[in-house]
Amino acid sequence: MTVQQSDLKLDGNAIGGLLREIFAMEMTTAVGTCASCGAVRMVGEVVVYLNAPGAVVRCPSCDAVLMRIVHGRGKYWLDLTGVRCLEFSA
Amino acid sequence: MSSRGPRLLEWQLGTVAELVQETPRVASLVLDVPDWQGHLAGQHVDVRLTADDGYQAQRSYSIASAPEDPRLAITVERLDDGEVSPYLVGEVRKGDKVELRGPIGGYFVWRATDDRPLLLVAGGSGIVPLMAMLRHRAAAHSATPTRLLYSSRSLDDVIYRAELERLGSAGDGLAVSHTLTRNQPPGWTGYARRIDRAMLAEVTWPKEQMPITYICGPTPMVEGAASLLVDMAYYPATIKTERFGATGG
Repeated sequence: MTVQQSDLKLDGNAIGGLLREIFAMEMTTAVGTCASCGAVRMVGEVVVYLNAPGAVVRCPSCDAVLMRIVHGRGKYWLDLTGVRCLEFSA
Repeated sequence: MSSRGPRLLEWQLGTVAELVQETPRVASLVLDVPDWQGHLAGQHVDVRLTADDGYQAQRSYSIASAPEDPRLAITVERLDDGEVSPYLVGEVRKGDKVELRGPIGGYFVWRATDDRPLLLVAGGSGIVPLMAMLRHRAAAHSATPTRLLYSSRSLDDVIYRAELERLGSAGDGLAVSHTLTRNQPPGWTGYARRIDRAMLAEVTWPKEQMPITYICGPTPMVEGAASLLVDMAYYPATIKTERFGATGG
């Protein structure tokens, strides 16, 4: 089977469960602002790659990395450098 | 149900109450899940398998049943090199327990109270969350004008074929169009090519009616259909997408 890069490209829906573990909230409807280009998108719309060790989340407008999430050995590593603001309902 | 507010996502055990072979590669698992909190059409569950040596593999599967259905159904496509789907399609038996958690997702959901004209675009097993929406629509007696465009390789690959035919002929405002991209049976009158601009222009609702569109399927198909609709000047915020990569299994 030929695996194309596009085959590995998913969206924010694919990390709904992972984000629920971390935030204890439904996060696919949260709204994030890209620190690189300022695009404002729902988490369900962002680009997600799960083929890296962990999840790499990219901006659908400029392709900059928004988040990196790694889970293992009983810990989470959450890099949110690329997200200027993450807004979600209390 | 409320999808808001802090609440831990716990793993639960569901019991396989029924198995439905939908196509040669696709099966539905109908599950009894005690204390299931309910779901919205379009949400998914995570399913986890644990091997005897403790190794765990986890995948997400869209919920196929309507919120109104008494049991929770998921529909799974068998990927031969997958870790989870070959067990769920082929090995699992009635009465077996399956570990799952959910419902998950709030972006790709549709509620029958939404009366905007609805366009659903599915590729392959991307039909599953859209089927939950159609089942919800029927159970809620919604007459929301709805069109489904469903792309499959061949007629044998069409999931929920009989049910879609029944729903589409109920006279309640649902029209179902199929496109078969690889093989068409003799006398086929539906589309026979990949989804393109001309096809979308034929099935979609006029912009003035402010439709809402849900697209689910393999990533290239989803992105292709969504960009075509944006090119046709449909408002991006009314086009919701969910990509099924080939990572699954």
